[in-house]
Amino acid sequence: MLALVALLPVFAGRVGAGVFNPETFALANGMMVVVVPNHRVPVVTHMVWYKVGSADEGQGESGIAHFLEHLMFKGTHKRAPGEFSKILARNGGRENAFTSTDYTAYHQTIAVDRLEMIMEMEADRMTNLVLDDRVVETEKQVVLEERRSRTDNNPGAVLQEQVNAALYLNYPYRRPVIGWEHEIRALNREAVLRFYKRWYAPNNAVLVVAGDITAAKLKPLAEKYYGAIPAAPAIARERPSEPPQRAARRVTYRDARVRQPSWSRHFLAPSLKVGDIRHAYPLEVLSDILGGASGRLYRSLVVDRKIAVSAGSSYAADDLGPSRFVLYASPQPGVGMDKLEESMETEIAKLFADGVTESEVARAKKRMRAQAVYARDSMRTGARVLGAALASGLTIDDVEKWPERIGAVTVEQINAAARAVLQDSRAVTALLLQQPKKE
Amino acid sequence: MAKVRTLLMALVLLVLAAAPAFAAAKIERVVSTSGIEAWLIEDHTNPIISMRFAFRGGSALDPADKEGLANMAAALLDEGAGELDSKAFSATLEDLSIGLDFQAGVDTFGGNLKTLVDNKDTAFRLLRLAMTEPRFDAEPVERVRSQILVGIRQSAEDPDTLASRTLYKTVFAGHAYGRPTDGTEVSVNAITVADLKSFVAGRLARENLYIGVVGDITPAALAKELDAVFGKLPPKAKPWMLTRVEPVGAGRTIVVEKAVPQSAIVFAEKGVMRADPDFYAAFVMNHILGSGGFTSRLYDAIREKRGLAYEVHSGLQPFDFAALITGGAGTANARVADTLQLLRQEWAKMAEKGVTQKELDDAKTFLTGSYPLRFLSSDRIASMLVGLQVENLGIDYPDHRNGLIEKVTLDDVNRLARKLLDPKRLTVVVVGKPEGVTSSP
Repeated sequence: MLALVALLPVFAGRVGAGVFNPETFALANGMMVVVVPNHRVPVVTHMVWYKVGSADEGQGESGIAHFLEHLMFKGTHKRAPGEFSKILARNGGRENAFTSTDYTAYHQTIAVDRLEMIMEMEADRMTNLVLDDRVVETEKQVVLEERRSRTDNNPGAVLQEQVNAALYLNYPYRRPVIGWEHEIRALNREAVLRFYKRWYAPNNAVLVVAGDITAAKLKPLAEKYYGAIPAAPAIARERPSEPPQRAARRVTYRDARVRQPSWSRHFLAPSLKVGDIRHAYPLEVLSDILGGASGRLYRSLVVDRKIAVSAGSSYAADDLGPSRFVLYASPQPGVGMDKLEESMETEIAKLFADGVTESEVARAKKRMRAQAVYARDSMRTGARVLGAALASGLTIDDVEKWPERIGAVTVEQINAAARAVLQDSRAVTALLLQQPKKE
Repeated sequence: MAKVRTLLMALVLLVLAAAPAFAAAKIERVVSTSGIEAWLIEDHTNPIISMRFAFRGGSALDPADKEGLANMAAALLDEGAGELDSKAFSATLEDLSIGLDFQAGVDTFGGNLKTLVDNKDTAFRLLRLAMTEPRFDAEPVERVRSQILVGIRQSAEDPDTLASRTLYKTVFAGHAYGRPTDGTEVSVNAITVADLKSFVAGRLARENLYIGVVGDITPAALAKELDAVFGKLPPKAKPWMLTRVEPVGAGRTIVVEKAVPQSAIVFAEKGVMRADPDFYAAFVMNHILGSGGFTSRLYDAIREKRGLAYEVHSGLQPFDFAALITGGAGTANARVADTLQLLRQEWAKMAEKGVTQKELDDAKTFLTGSYPLRFLSSDRIASMLVGLQVENLGIDYPDHRNGLIEKVTLDDVNRLARKLLDPKRLTVVVVGKPEGVTSSP
């Protein structure tokens, strides 16, 4: 099997219950702490998650959450720019950070006997960041290069940005995480520090440590470094909500760089937090049935009918805001986009008319349970899944009881979810096409 | 400040003391009745078995005009075997959540098998079938061929991929290493089922096989499986011959015009072979130059100080029959000339002035202290077990690997920097519309 289209990572977001068996406690200042023991090697992954992402940015400030993530490496009252990274490296540690629509996280992996040093440095930059204009302007150039390489150099990513802006009429998922170029250019030191002061505080953060550690050993260290930081006034995430969607939308992007066209349809869908949330688990099972290596869409469009080179679906239930259910396919050479779209619509019609079968559902559930077992193997997976869940408004239970909840999903629930969600009036159909070259 | 420094000194000492203790994770040499060997780390924490293996000889051995054969075979081995056609084979894998796939590298042909213990009998059986009785039915062959062709067409428009392809084609002109692993549209169209069958018969053999296993299986149980899975492979591969190759095209700059907002830059110069006694000095040197994450010299000069790129790095690339030091960066078309100038300056600076004792010490504590970070998942450990064998490093390598890095001296690194790094000999490829940079004649 050749994977042409990058499917969502298997564990994109949510994996299994009773899988990670974390220990948790809270600090007096409101910071939540999660410990995921894994004693394979004397190493830990230390992550601090802030409950703020691009969807929390103000008007005209798209990209500020991600820009701040870059600037968090530029020093504090105690440390010069880059010193954090140098100290970490000297001690054999690896690090990075990432920003999504719903959270921003900083992580280091290092020998467990260096954990305390990392905690001291990460706690320091939670409130003591120091920025000067020169550093901010130079780093802005780096972010603009990042945007060029991730988005502007990639026609598929350009289209994705346009789709997001069309799919969400009002919800801030309509803005790119990295930001619109003109708004990135307009960001400055004051705006970034304002954003930092508003969102970076222990009562808006989650500490996750996975690896060769226990809660009993971590607790005194967490209290010493993170516990010493005063809580900020209560921080609320107030996001605009999505109005009823009434019209089917189409977005077509033509680019001379496209050698292989593709088709996708993005349906606005509930998550575990927003919309008709009872559909969320059934939609996860549905996506497993439709997508996947021998899923319905690949088998029908690619193997049997030979009209596509790839086909599948994706859905994530763990967004804090409204999610999306995506169907996608890319045609065999010589097959028109109309025919491809028609075939996909036939699949949807068939799904509405006949529903999924008991056997499809049983097999999907079994695969999903297996994912939960595999998820336990890598030290970092548990830290990432639990951190993302807590930072997106879910609970430890939502993660740990996931297999049980997936196990309880019925054929009827899946059919009802499919009929409710896969409606064109709440969807964007996206076409990536080749622009004939002029010269 | 003084206090921080004391703390760090203490920690540095700890790294050196701590590193060997970890490596005690025991690698067992398991040999089956028929003599098939695997390296195993037994771990019963989770009911999972991860097996990785590699056959020496990769896409560099693809016949002329059939470039992409190993890659196409890799994509087809899990598309039907024995009595199971493609649909039945892939449905069994998926329903039992068995991960099975193959990949063609330049010098090796590799495979991965990952299974829950409950399904291991089926998993091992499917693996055996895939390697010994692949079907290559018309439907999957044509489907996979068209998927590969789509990939080749798309990569012709991807600046990074196009830049790498052009670089290898240039520095390994006339040698098998200069050809793309996935082939060309013409060569992939020329591959027949007979070619695929002869690939399997001639290349997957016991003598050139290396196996690493991690997980919930005992040595005795693994030994039995080794015979069952690999025992039917022929003892010897079809003879083949590659010759040592020196990179060519030193000093050339090649611009491939593409209307993209950001140019992709890649570069290469002759490197150090894996078995060369200087390899560890080169490894440390390269870390300081461009591999040290947020702390390398290239990162500092090009990204941190000037904001010219998001991505900038260098790396050692030892092949079985050649060696390069390579690197890359992405920058706006208007800033390519500046970026290349800084790159060459850093290259010259390290060659002429070498590195400082502090840089060397910091690099060593990173490289030794971070070694355990390679052991965080079964898949990665199993890959490492295969790598140790392919590179002939010995089963006790994890115990003395850090010692090899410790032994590198300032003289070693600086001597090697003088020998390896010559900005005039860099081969540079730029894909984009760079301003003020043109192809050299």
